[in-house]
Amino acid sequence: MSTVSTVVDERPGLAPVPAPQRRRRPRPRRDRAGYLFLLPWFAGMLFTVIPFFASLYLAFTDYNLLNPPAWIGLDNFTEMFRDPVWRQSLKVTFVYTFVSVPLSLAAALGVAMLLNRGVRGLPLYRAVFYLPSLLGGSVAVVLLWKYVFGLNGIVNAFLGWFGIDGPGWTSDPDFALVTLIVLHVWTFGSPMVIFLAGLRQIPAMYYEAAAMDGAGRWRRFRSITLPLLSPIVFFNLIQSLISSFQTFTQGYVMSGGAGGPANSTMFYNLYLYQQGFGQFHMGYASAMAWMLLVIIAAFTGLNFLMARFWVHYDN
Amino acid sequence: MTAPPYEEDSHLERVGSTRSTRFAKHVLLCLAGAVMLYPLAWLISSSLKPDALIFKDLSLWPAAWDLTHYTEGWTALEQPFTVYMVNSLVIVVLSIAGNLLSCSLAAYGFARLNFTGRKLFFTLMLGTMMLPGHVLLVPQYIVFANLGWLNTYYPLLVPNFLATNAFYIFLMVQFMRSLPRELDDAARIDGCGPFRIFWKVIMPLCVPAFATTAIFTFISTWNEFFGPLIYLTDTELYTVPLALRQFIDSEGQSQWGQMFAMSFLSLAPVIGFFIAGQKYLVKGIATTGLK
Repeated sequence: MSTVSTVVDERPGLAPVPAPQRRRRPRPRRDRAGYLFLLPWFAGMLFTVIPFFASLYLAFTDYNLLNPPAWIGLDNFTEMFRDPVWRQSLKVTFVYTFVSVPLSLAAALGVAMLLNRGVRGLPLYRAVFYLPSLLGGSVAVVLLWKYVFGLNGIVNAFLGWFGIDGPGWTSDPDFALVTLIVLHVWTFGSPMVIFLAGLRQIPAMYYEAAAMDGAGRWRRFRSITLPLLSPIVFFNLIQSLISSFQTFTQGYVMSGGAGGPANSTMFYNLYLYQQGFGQFHMGYASAMAWMLLVIIAAFTGLNFLMARFWVHYDN
Repeated sequence: MTAPPYEEDSHLERVGSTRSTRFAKHVLLCLAGAVMLYPLAWLISSSLKPDALIFKDLSLWPAAWDLTHYTEGWTALEQPFTVYMVNSLVIVVLSIAGNLLSCSLAAYGFARLNFTGRKLFFTLMLGTMMLPGHVLLVPQYIVFANLGWLNTYYPLLVPNFLATNAFYIFLMVQFMRSLPRELDDAARIDGCGPFRIFWKVIMPLCVPAFATTAIFTFISTWNEFFGPLIYLTDTELYTVPLALRQFIDSEGQSQWGQMFAMSFLSLAPVIGFFIAGQKYLVKGIATTGLK
């Protein structure tokens, strides 16, 4: 960005002022407009930054909203590691994330590849695959899922045609999470649209040149599509991981807020909600929130480190 | 890297692929599409069947019709659905207004104005995009409680007027950066200050970005469950998702048809907005993902 206003400051006839000094000088007039435009955002940031540090403080306290917070050091964190439900909630969230994110990204990339070139009716197909991702987080769809998979639900009726006696998907602790993983994969549409846009940016001549050199379909995918698309795969991966770690509505609606059966849908944030707003353990809930932030930051950081080895940037 | 026009490169695959592989592709896509839409079709169909048939009659075309689910379901809960629908609508409309106003102001500041600390603030803004909301939850709840805002819409609305949705700011910044700077310069030479330039030059050109923001805000606010769940306690204030939750609580009565009917009505506006605004949605998520 070039600074237009520097020109105005020049005063012809005066001795030239050393350039570095001029750069440092505060620019109250120029700054004012910018700060005015950002005024709502600054107010909003206060509303983000202060709670951010306040919750860090609360994480080290015992606080139930009625009495003032009492400093208890690391007790909330040691308690967490001893708390079997907390460990269960972490497990549920990890299993859910590490199964459903790769599956939905694979589905998204697969369908995007199918749709990419030369398909007639692309807008219609795209709409059909994209729509579920807008509905997937709604209470209505989770309720629907509960009955599509429920004991007498339609999935078992379908399995019944093949002589398979389906499990009680939503009442069996071994299968309740599976139904929610299927729901997550159903919403692969939004990464798919991003993949589609990325695929469009790969120049067709790369494929022509590769085809002329005798590269087959698989080779073209491995050596052209994947490297050139890798920044977008990376973006989708980070986005999906972060949002998946924070799943709440699906677990809440599927289990009526209890995380059952047998804590099999006790997502991390559902347990946080129960601790904070069911039992008013606000200190413990804050500690849990910070723990999740650390976990998310660790995975995001790890991804950025690994990105060196597989993400290919053009410039 | 410039993207070749879609139609031009499409011939390549056509040449390479035979008629039969293209046909196979369509079959595959149609099958996958049918699987994707099946749950929604089942929902609509079940909302029209008598309760006794919902889990017995497997065909999507109801063997017997029962339209009373819609009329009875509308008044089955503590408040008539009119109340929930109006509540949701009020929150959605005000949230859209808040996001458009506050995010466009911030975006113009970041995209076009020069001020001390701009880079730092911009980085901070991008950082908040990745921040899990639950980290802020407890202190924000305490602040709202102390302001006497529990059981009101303020906790759900005020943040939207304070540009807390960094995603939309980012979307608008990207869009504004793509507008030619000569427009600003011309207006400046004509004597416009930054506010006039923003209002008269930039705003009218940003309509596509605003449309994207409005549709995204509509869908996310309409579906929003967590915020209303912790902040609203009176049923007169409930939004549609909270109303639907009441069906889980009264599950024993097996009023499935009514629940499915109301579920479908709660999804219908999202589907409608999607059909109307698909272009903006697809463009919006594509541009934020690419840059």
